[in-house]
Amino acid sequence: METLITKFRKAAPKAALLMAVAAGAVLQGCSKIAGGDGAGATVTALSSDAASAVYVAPGKHDELYSFLSGGFNGQVSVYGIPSGRLLKIIPVFTQHGENGYGYSEESKAMLNTSHGFVPWDDLHHPKLSRTNGQTDGRWLFVNGNNTPRVARIDLTTFETVEIMEIPNSAGNHCSPYPTNNNEYVIAGTRFSVPLDMKGGTGDVALDKYEEEFRGSISFIKVDPEKGDMDLDFQILVPGFDYDLANGGKGPSEDWVFFTTYNSEKSGTLKEVGASQNDKDYLAAVNWKLAAKYAKEGKAREMPANYYHNKMDKNSHIAKSTVKKKVRYLLPEECPGMMYLLPAPKSPHGIDVDPTGEYMVVSGKLASAIPVFSFSKMQEAIKNKQFDGEKNGIPVLKYESVLKAEVKEPGLGPLHTEFDGKGNAYTSMFVSSEVVKWKLSDFTVVDRMPVYYSVGHLMIPGGDTKEPYGKYLVAMNKITKDRYLPTGPELAHSAQLIDISGEKMKMLLDFPTVAEPHYAQAIRADLVAPKSVKFFKLDENNHPHATKKEADASVKREGKNVVRVKMTAIRSHMTPDNIEGVQVGDTVYFHVTNLEQDWDVPHGFAVMGANNAETLIMPGATQTLKWVPKKAGVYPFYCTDFCSALHQEMQGYVRVSPKGSNVPITFSTGKKKQAPVASAK
Amino acid sequence: MKAYQKVLMIVAALSLGQLFMFPMWKIYLKAPQYPEGLELHIWVNKLGGSSDHVLQNFNILNHYIGMEPIHAESFAELKYMPYIVIFFMITGVLVALIDKRNLVLGWSGLLMLSGAAGILDFYLWLVKFGTNLDPMAPIKVPGMTYIPPLLGNKTLLNFDALSLPALGSLGILIGITLSLLVYFLSRNTAKQKQASKTKPALA
Repeated sequence: METLITKFRKAAPKAALLMAVAAGAVLQGCSKIAGGDGAGATVTALSSDAASAVYVAPGKHDELYSFLSGGFNGQVSVYGIPSGRLLKIIPVFTQHGENGYGYSEESKAMLNTSHGFVPWDDLHHPKLSRTNGQTDGRWLFVNGNNTPRVARIDLTTFETVEIMEIPNSAGNHCSPYPTNNNEYVIAGTRFSVPLDMKGGTGDVALDKYEEEFRGSISFIKVDPEKGDMDLDFQILVPGFDYDLANGGKGPSEDWVFFTTYNSEKSGTLKEVGASQNDKDYLAAVNWKLAAKYAKEGKAREMPANYYHNKMDKNSHIAKSTVKKKVRYLLPEECPGMMYLLPAPKSPHGIDVDPTGEYMVVSGKLASAIPVFSFSKMQEAIKNKQFDGEKNGIPVLKYESVLKAEVKEPGLGPLHTEFDGKGNAYTSMFVSSEVVKWKLSDFTVVDRMPVYYSVGHLMIPGGDTKEPYGKYLVAMNKITKDRYLPTGPELAHSAQLIDISGEKMKMLLDFPTVAEPHYAQAIRADLVAPKSVKFFKLDENNHPHATKKEADASVKREGKNVVRVKMTAIRSHMTPDNIEGVQVGDTVYFHVTNLEQDWDVPHGFAVMGANNAETLIMPGATQTLKWVPKKAGVYPFYCTDFCSALHQEMQGYVRVSPKGSNVPITFSTGKKKQAPVASAK
Repeated sequence: MKAYQKVLMIVAALSLGQLFMFPMWKIYLKAPQYPEGLELHIWVNKLGGSSDHVLQNFNILNHYIGMEPIHAESFAELKYMPYIVIFFMITGVLVALIDKRNLVLGWSGLLMLSGAAGILDFYLWLVKFGTNLDPMAPIKVPGMTYIPPLLGNKTLLNFDALSLPALGSLGILIGITLSLLVYFLSRNTAKQKQASKTKPALA
């Protein structure tokens, strides 16, 4: 024993020295990579002309707009491609203190749901509106996963203009998928739930999953001119998890396809329980036939309770309406409407190629990528090549619909898009790469490592009839060492890959906001010319708009409400001196921006407000509610640097104790008495 | 006057109609913040610009230096000028029909005089707006006035101003040129007339 210790003592310094040398070598190796001399593994695939391929000179515009979902931030981020420059963040399901969205009196109603005011959601999938199967740059549809909602963003203003709650749904993940002319935007449920058939979920024992739980697929009609949404009907489907969907094209354009997992109908530890079956299903739904069934009286009706919130174009006021019923179809009563195709194993992505013939299913736990054939599916339906049925829905034989399997594609295939030149690109989450394969012979032809663990990928128009096959954006879930560290939480990373040639070329890394799950991109010239520069003051029909300074006013209404009708123009607010407000009053500042020029928003904030600021675009009116709690003097000011005299754009409100006899007065520059207060 | 000369004279009179179709003067402003430029258009009967709200944006910018806001209502000229133009158009046509050469010259001369008076009036307005500044203005540069150029360009703080006659004024120029041309061309006709008058006396 002693000798051992002695031996160790003798050996320890040597060992330490050895370790130090080894560590030094390792560190040197590290510094070599970190030094960025191009020797690191992570930069080997970088194209030599990458810098010039993504360089957009100062003052020049990007070739494409891209819209990346923000995942758990409930927003959409707009990036220029190929530069990767962040152009805008569009708040959708989340309150946005930056501009008052969800805080201002006008916009609050956008976030109303049957569960009350829900100021957050998990936004996964943006989808551009379509004309003839091509993105048309009019609207962007996005889903809220947590409290099921579908929203529409107007691409003339880049603002959320409509949010519709989806009844009979939980986990609105499989959403929103527009058909080729936006006839419908389709939304499926990821979490099946026990429906009480009265618009809610039943109080059901959780071990009754298999018998009681159901999913739903919603068909939202879209007004062809204005884009307004309306829930036409739902299909109540077996209680699987509906994951993603994709619409057919060309020959398959009447169909929409859904991946499902948990065909085991496991209600707990799904990680294991939902991973037992060798095959889950690809659900194929003939939406045209479904619409026909619904029209021809096959649809039943049940009570429901869901919110539909719309932003008025001219007043910028959001209004909620509550819908009280919903129509639904049962697949077992609608022959020919729905089929199940066995698909290995817990599939995620379903992607129909530009010709509409191939349905590519990326099974995240599968070892191959199955490619189904639409024409074989038609044939199999005709010849009734069924493998039994599930809840009254025929299951097609795997071999009868399978075209081919892409062998050894990589590990963890998630999602596929197409370049329109006969190639498909699949993201591999586990092996962290993008794999290019040919649709002609289903063989892998190229691989590009990505950093790290790519989720979805996106080719502009890669989900449409005519992809813009020049770029691919890989959205990576793990960032680790790609950027300077910023503590435990890191920005997610996107990578831009040139796919114009035989071999993929890595061009650019750029950090993204929150967690993009999917993206869309469109040629800039389809969106930019229609971009609104400011709102016309003449068209502003807000009930509290003030169109000229002479009309500004402060009035007491009833006992506790004070309405301030204020104007903002470079570089003052009218009125900027207000007296006669009392502790506990509810003060509404209705601020109208009188500017009629591009890029001159004014902001408004008042000390102690318990909400946020509000940004007012030229020509618009926005309202901030404020309830002062203490007597005193409170400054307010313009928060958006508007002019050389922006710092001077400020004013004061005097707040007197409750019951004080200070009359309401207001002025700008020189004093002016208010009309006699109408206190009752 | 020969028939074609009468036609030319009528064209001269009608070309003034351009004043109702196009601005007569344009002031172009350019600044770092206005890469797209701001254009103020001066018509015979109104003020306009490259967009609907140019005047408001002009006035917002000008209020910093204490310039009085520009409103169409402030200019009585915009109300009576259209009548003057119509007067010239009608008299021009009459002159062509009356067929008196000296009237052509008279019409031309009067038109030139009115044009010159218009330009002088315009200049006086520019001086008035450029120098009559509010002493309470936020931006005061000692000794600085902001008279926009009458013709050509000038730098005013961060703005580069360029002032040029526009298509409407071209109507006046055409009117003057054509009427003078008619006067010049008709001199032979007049001689012939005189000759034909004197011939019988000789015979």
